[in-house]
Amino acid sequence: MSVSIQQDDFDCIDEYKLLLADAPKIGAIVTFCGLVREFDQGQGLALELEHYPQMTEKVLLGIIAEAKARWPILNVRIVHRIGRLSLSEQIVFVGVNSEHRQAAFKACHFIMDLLKTKAPFWKKAISQQGDYWLAAKACDQRAKAAWE
Amino acid sequence: MIKILFFASLRDQLACESASLCYSQSLKNIQDVIALLSERGEIWHKQLNSASVKVAVNQEMADLHTAIKDNDEIAFFPPVTGG
Repeated sequence: MSVSIQQDDFDCIDEYKLLLADAPKIGAIVTFCGLVREFDQGQGLALELEHYPQMTEKVLLGIIAEAKARWPILNVRIVHRIGRLSLSEQIVFVGVNSEHRQAAFKACHFIMDLLKTKAPFWKKAISQQGDYWLAAKACDQRAKAAWE
Repeated sequence: MIKILFFASLRDQLACESASLCYSQSLKNIQDVIALLSERGEIWHKQLNSASVKVAVNQEMADLHTAIKDNDEIAFFPPVTGG
């Protein structure tokens, strides 16, 4: 189980290989990667990501522990970037391995839904229309509530 | 001493990223901390009493009734938007 909060980009293949290192016990690896998509009708330039050091790691490790209690997963890796990220840059990586695919699929989905609503990160949009803080979305809260 | 942190839009609106409060017996919970900080002015009162503001004590999510003690770290922030 490991969590990294970093400014630098990450390599999904390297992260995947770390999860592959648990072979031959594992039968499945599920990964998710979130990117900065275009916004403000093409006028968006970048996102600036801020977080609450210490609490972020604590919350993410707590989410992993919750996922482990729900499904028989073996290992989890979370990488989340902070700082200024341009369009199409990678923001977040979640990878889960397990013996069988269902546990890895569900745990990966669960971890992302909880990360979006519980981990103390905030995004500021840098746009030709002006800079502004993004508001939390009701659909993310509903996605989290669906796991309760 | 109690350390207070503010993040993201809340920090911008208050133009303040951290503050310290002297601990006293009258500061029993988060509600008391908000009442004391609200005395700093209208913007403080408005922002900290907003229904959407979140609070953590020692990096754990908390609420208005969470008890506080000396040397705690309290953070106020808007709803999170990571991922």
